[in-house]
Amino acid sequence: MFEDTIQPGATWSYVLKRGTAVRLTDIYGGANVSAIFYNWENPVERYNMPDTLKAQHTAHLTQGDVLYSDMGRVLCSITEDTVGWHDPLSGCSNAALVARKYGEARYQEHGNDCHTNATDSFAIELAKFGLSFRDMTTPVNFFSKVLVNEEGSMTFVTGHSKRGTYVELRAEMNVLAIFNTSQHPLDPNPNYQPKPVQLTIRRVAPPGPDDPCRTSRPENGRGFLLTERDFIQPQGDL
Amino acid sequence: MNKAVVDPVTVRHDTVIPAGEPWIHELNQGQHLRIIDLEGNQAADTLFYNAHDYSDRYSAQDTIRAQANIYLTTGTKLISSKGNVLLTIVGDTCGRHDTLGGACAMESNMVRYAIEKRHMHACRQSFVKAALAWGRGLEKRDLAPNINFFMNVPVTPEGKLTFEDGVSGAGKYVELQAEMDVLVLISNCPQLNNPCNAYNPTPIRVLVFD
Repeated sequence: MFEDTIQPGATWSYVLKRGTAVRLTDIYGGANVSAIFYNWENPVERYNMPDTLKAQHTAHLTQGDVLYSDMGRVLCSITEDTVGWHDPLSGCSNAALVARKYGEARYQEHGNDCHTNATDSFAIELAKFGLSFRDMTTPVNFFSKVLVNEEGSMTFVTGHSKRGTYVELRAEMNVLAIFNTSQHPLDPNPNYQPKPVQLTIRRVAPPGPDDPCRTSRPENGRGFLLTERDFIQPQGDL
Repeated sequence: MNKAVVDPVTVRHDTVIPAGEPWIHELNQGQHLRIIDLEGNQAADTLFYNAHDYSDRYSAQDTIRAQANIYLTTGTKLISSKGNVLLTIVGDTCGRHDTLGGACAMESNMVRYAIEKRHMHACRQSFVKAALAWGRGLEKRDLAPNINFFMNVPVTPEGKLTFEDGVSGAGKYVELQAEMDVLVLISNCPQLNNPCNAYNPTPIRVLVFD
């Protein structure tokens, strides 16, 4: 349907309709996309990290997994993934972190290469949809990998995402998706070097009974059922 | 660090929270909150807010990232969505606490266990009930991922999330010092579908002291 590029450190938002999918492609390698998701019909229903993790007994996201709302429904399914691991744990960058790691770079001196951060950018983007910082939910960091060892220590994996790898999200309801390409907050790179990603929106077939995301776990079967109940249509012409 | 005995003169509040009930209370900067697992293996689902700005609230992601560790214990600073230190854990006889497992909800119970589980009582019912009773604008959209004191939710090096038997026991406690004025919202978890409460939800006790 259309393509776009999310520039380095930039924010992109869209109401992704049920029956469409967005593919994010890491153009150069080493990208990070922090992402938050809302049910556009009722934005108080939003992505919930704990519900997503515990329903699927996972602490990372990849193909076959789904993103759950806090209302027991599926916002998006990860239908394709050549990256293999996306980080749901670490949150996103903020103004203090960016200033501490990279110093200050304002628009007056640096134009559109000025430093930005994901938290403030999300707040601005949410405001465009009548939402606010209070509505911030926990971001997923696509293309990034953070390992947790036996003692609970978290380690960012450098060089995880390779050039040309992609992840595709299929919308299972009408989803307000907000993406930001700021660097991962645990990225040890001392330089401010966010990367762009390519974005493709296309129409896709609805998930059938054998859909791999639906059948990956019994929990997801129930999650899809509860989601589809929201879209039952009255029979015939009214 | 662990003051096992609290001087009764300084105790400002002492409440037993039965399973399935919420508790909401403001702490002044400097006050201590001790949460005691009276009978063992009970999950205390807990949220914290800046008492003067509820959009400045406990952030699980910012907290674990700040210490580069997913488990909470003595020394952990609880970081808010605006980067403030809300409280510090100053005592912990349990060892570690979870902040990835979130709170149970009727809706997530349907997904996790069975559609027929919808009617069963859940923490997020208690959270919303207490938020609405508290008033002052606190509402469902302010419910961020919480802390599960006394709960054990290990992550494996392969990136799996597992639910293990509690590391807690009767009389174990966690103690926090408020670094600013904070609002505390606790749901004493009524979950019967998994071992987080050893299938037997029991009371917890909270002490507030100077």
